[in-house]
Amino acid sequence: MNIYDWIQPIFYITVLLLLAKPLGSYMARVYQNERLFLDPILAPVERFIYRASGIDSKSEMTWKTYALAMFLFNILGLLFVYLLQRVQGFLPLNPQGLGAITPDSSWNTAVSFITNTNWQGYSGETTMSCFTQMLGLTVQNFVSAATGMAVLVALIRGIIRHTTKEIGNFWVDLTKSTLYILLPLSLVVALALVSQGVVQTFSEYQTVSMLQGTTDADGNAVTEQVIAVGPAASQVAIKQLGTNGGGFFNVNSAHPLENSTPLSNFIEMLSLLLIPVALCYTYGKMIGDTKQGWALLTAMTIIFVALIGVAVWAEHAGNPAIQALGVVGGNMEGKEARFGITTSALWATATTAVSNGAVNSMLDSFTPLGGLVPMWLMQLGEIIYGGVGSGLYGMLAFVIIAVFIAGLMVGRTPEYLGKKIEAYEMKMASIVILVPLVTVLVGTAIALMSEAGRATIYNPSAHGFSEVLYAFTSTAANNGSAFAGLGANNPFYNTALGLAMLLARYWLAIPILAIAGSLANKKKIPVGSGTLPTHTPLFIGWLIGVIVIVGALSYLPALALGPIVEHLLMFK
Amino acid sequence: MTTKQTTFRKEIYQRAVIESFLKLNPRWMVRNPVMFVVEVGSVLATVLWIQALLSRGETPAGFVGAIALWLWFTVLFANFSEAVAEGRGKAQAESLRKAKQDTPAKRVAGLQVESLQAEGANVKHEIVSSTALRKDDLYLVVAGDILPADGEIVAGIASVDESAVTGESAPVVREAGGDRSAVTGGTRLLSDWLIVKVSADPGFGFLDRMINMVEGAKRQKTPNEIALNILLAGFTIIFLVVCATLLPYSLYSVSVAGQGTAITITVLIALLICLIPTTIGGLLSAIGIAGMDRMIQRNVIAMSGRAVEAAGDVDVLLLDKTGTITLGNRQAVEFIPVNGVTAQELAECAQLASLADETPEGRSIVVLAKEKFGLRGQTMEKMRFVPFTAQTRMSGVDFPSSPLLAGEGQGGEVVSIRKGAPDTMLELIQANGNANASDLKLTIDSIARTGGTPLAVTRNGKALGVIHLKDIVKGGMKERFMHLRKMGIKTVMITGDNPLTAAAIAAEAGVDDFLAQATPEAKLKLIREYQTGGRLVAMTGDGTNDAPALAQADVAVAMNTGTQPAREAANMVDLDSNPTKLIEIVEIGKQLLMTRGSLTTFSIANDVAKYFAIIPAAFASTYPVLNSLNFMRLATPESAILSAVIFNALIIVALIPLALRGVPYRAVGAAQLLRDNLLIYGLGGLIAPFIGIKLIDMLLVGLA
Repeated sequence: MNIYDWIQPIFYITVLLLLAKPLGSYMARVYQNERLFLDPILAPVERFIYRASGIDSKSEMTWKTYALAMFLFNILGLLFVYLLQRVQGFLPLNPQGLGAITPDSSWNTAVSFITNTNWQGYSGETTMSCFTQMLGLTVQNFVSAATGMAVLVALIRGIIRHTTKEIGNFWVDLTKSTLYILLPLSLVVALALVSQGVVQTFSEYQTVSMLQGTTDADGNAVTEQVIAVGPAASQVAIKQLGTNGGGFFNVNSAHPLENSTPLSNFIEMLSLLLIPVALCYTYGKMIGDTKQGWALLTAMTIIFVALIGVAVWAEHAGNPAIQALGVVGGNMEGKEARFGITTSALWATATTAVSNGAVNSMLDSFTPLGGLVPMWLMQLGEIIYGGVGSGLYGMLAFVIIAVFIAGLMVGRTPEYLGKKIEAYEMKMASIVILVPLVTVLVGTAIALMSEAGRATIYNPSAHGFSEVLYAFTSTAANNGSAFAGLGANNPFYNTALGLAMLLARYWLAIPILAIAGSLANKKKIPVGSGTLPTHTPLFIGWLIGVIVIVGALSYLPALALGPIVEHLLMFK
Repeated sequence: MTTKQTTFRKEIYQRAVIESFLKLNPRWMVRNPVMFVVEVGSVLATVLWIQALLSRGETPAGFVGAIALWLWFTVLFANFSEAVAEGRGKAQAESLRKAKQDTPAKRVAGLQVESLQAEGANVKHEIVSSTALRKDDLYLVVAGDILPADGEIVAGIASVDESAVTGESAPVVREAGGDRSAVTGGTRLLSDWLIVKVSADPGFGFLDRMINMVEGAKRQKTPNEIALNILLAGFTIIFLVVCATLLPYSLYSVSVAGQGTAITITVLIALLICLIPTTIGGLLSAIGIAGMDRMIQRNVIAMSGRAVEAAGDVDVLLLDKTGTITLGNRQAVEFIPVNGVTAQELAECAQLASLADETPEGRSIVVLAKEKFGLRGQTMEKMRFVPFTAQTRMSGVDFPSSPLLAGEGQGGEVVSIRKGAPDTMLELIQANGNANASDLKLTIDSIARTGGTPLAVTRNGKALGVIHLKDIVKGGMKERFMHLRKMGIKTVMITGDNPLTAAAIAAEAGVDDFLAQATPEAKLKLIREYQTGGRLVAMTGDGTNDAPALAQADVAVAMNTGTQPAREAANMVDLDSNPTKLIEIVEIGKQLLMTRGSLTTFSIANDVAKYFAIIPAAFASTYPVLNSLNFMRLATPESAILSAVIFNALIIVALIPLALRGVPYRAVGAAQLLRDNLLIYGLGGLIAPFIGIKLIDMLLVGLA
């Protein structure tokens, strides 16, 4: 490792944290209905949307109505994206004349995009028409992210408010998140990417002569190459910002037309974490105690930095078996030479810390420990920044559990920010932690026990086990990155992984809304010296401890049979 | 420790051992999900052991047998902790039951109170069994009788031996009316006679409730306990899934690695039991019972576990000034006349007004008048005493004037002397058209400013002067209130005094706030205000007029000497009738929660070491390289797994004393408490099992 390998992560995290406050306070202003500099342009649009869809933006919802609205909106999205894929052959903007997609793949993709997962069993450029990409996938990239933010805002209202049943209006939160936050940011990022050469066009795929000819499998000479193009920049921007991750091209951000230069790479990496990081500040601002937001951000950043360390170190250390063959240096397999080891490892850590899943290198080719880091980050429950909105609300479920145990330890009925944490909150918080875990472990077990599941494991070994575990981890964490090496575009995995995505998304969001409703209905307890402070280094340390022991140690037995044993075998 | 205590202890332990087996009944176990899983695991392991004995098993019978045995121990140890905790209460319940035996009762046919008063012990009655007494029946007791049921005295005065309930052998006086009119069934009348109205049907009396509470038979889970149980159940499900899915993972790994054998069911069960929070799960109910028991040891009977737990959350303490903050009662120290009245004349009138006043203040006025002016209290015929009530807040006497007594007029007209709180008296003076009370006001204020209590005296609506009553703040109160402030608890002094007096005493005693001129309505309002602000309020009380406020407060402690309505309204009864005990009650409540939290942390932290003991052992045959995770260098896979299981069982026994004693509470801020407890139970919980498991492993290898 050289000096740049040190500077790069430090510079990256510094810029990110510097952006947290300005963007965070802007988002707080959005949700608190304060005046914004974008009002002159966007406020009429917002009013028009409400009028056109008959929404009374002043009326508020109970948590049940809110959850129902959220769920119905997403289910309608699911049906729409599914149908779009099935009939894309008859629809416009299909320059390659791509036909209908299979039912199981369509289901998987539809679920994947409404749940903000963007697991892609298909290859974008050879499957999806521009129409499907834009109207189906890109739209969901926005609204699935906005759904996560809406649920978070509802939870924050639950914490702030007292003795009320109302936690906000889902349609308003959805509209505001999309219109005032995601759209403007995407526009800026998309333009920046276009300036770096990321493609944005409706023209047909380009055929070019190859610089160096080759032969195909039958020995025929190949001299021409078809270059897929399309409206990539706009989709890439929201894919990065909305913790979606679904690439326009199959190889995602490793593709030169999706991620062209070091600068575009930096912008994309920044966009990965930008909103989830800034939301921590928004949270502090909205509850009227920014220290609480910084505390959560600190806890997340400590885990993040530690894991960046492990991933970068492991990739630089490389594979002793390959080094024995005389190859000097770290593990370059599956990495773009343009980006190198540090950038790839940094990206891999960031993309799994938030539930993004966009990649700029092949995770399957990482060293065992380098691959364990992304997997473990997702298994923590996608709370180390996590998905937009969903990451912070997942984190708050852990906070509730940490507060509960710590609260008992100081001899009081546990309370967080003046709200008592009682049996109902514990029940819901337990569900939030339990569901992804059960989904991953049981899903993996079913895949390993069934013929269909084992059939497409192309590396039947400890690594094959890691690949299956990774697939279920990624989908249940609504991340969407893949270890590849596993044939997942088949009825078994399309169905199973689709179910995993659905379960984990809504069995988190709905209990969180239930907590929001319950907290909103409670009295607010004034803070005293007997109150457990939740912004101190001690509490941050305790929270990290709870996350690591509860959220992560549960995966230790499974990880021992996958990446850990792979790592140990590598040195045998 | 005396021999008697030792045998008492021995008895408790002997009974607890038997109880721990009886509690294996699945219907009982299912109440505790964590330990129920352990029991199911034990049964499974036993079945596997029998299978192994018949040489059809998956592993050597010796190993399976040892695991099964220690799993049973885990369940038994948990049951034992509960049984020991219950033991004390049971012993106490037994002695209470003895007091509650079926006694003959003298039932009185319904008569007017006046005639009961007149007939006294000679009232007509019939002998029935105490179980035949119903609510609102009347009964007679005479010296030597055991009181057959709880009730309210309607006539008579007598001394009662309440040692059966309170353990205090000094007799107490009980009489009709006032704040000492409640009697408890099972106590014994020492002198005179009483006629009592029954306040509870058989089986619902105070003693019955007490027996139920101390026995824990009707123990309901408290809110925090329910929440914790949910969390523990959540953990249990997590680990159940972790262990259950390990079998297919292991089968797949064996098939791709091409070596070793899959993880056995025995090892899976062992891993599961080690990972689920058995330490806290096993001790949870003992902690709750022990908390209740600590209350009983301090002679406080809580009517529900909920109240004990709520005590820990209290953030406002309402304390009656008298008896709690100040020593005993106010004493009259000076007569200060106004408007040219002589001190003697004032003393004379004050004495007359206080003759019927049986309160300590009233008596001290009589005494002071006698000491200073040699006046003897004399009752005259035709004197009509006006008793003090909380509403009028004055008392006095009316009588026809006579030359014998200093006063206005020459007989015939009625002289009416009143004494009372200054503001009510000022109203009275104004109502009589005597506006010139500035002299009086000055005197009142000067007394009040020094922390004294002024009592104004009037004759026929004209001011005579002021009696200076003085309060003496108990020693050490200031420090206690400072402690409470550190605990995050606000103290509010409740007093009937005027605001100035109250402020002076509040400042002297160091309380945070005070409610002056408190009426029952004002108290109730104050409590409601605090509760609306999200605070939990605790208070003590003894009088009937305290009952509404007691019922409203979250933690309400009634004095055992108090009236029946007060005891009914409260959720705790202090048998020692010591108002400062509220502070201890709060500490016990906090201890209860802290013990639960600390042991939960300990239990979860323990898992780290157990993972590192069992995982390498479980997969060693498939992937021998995993043995490098065996940091503890445990001898063999079998010894590693067995050591973890044994440690898991023994730690329950080791922590029983802590569960019963409770994690000590110190009045420091929440942040420091958390730091200390995290250090001990978090870090300790992380490290202890590494050492413990290693030691057990070494021992096992040594024995083998």
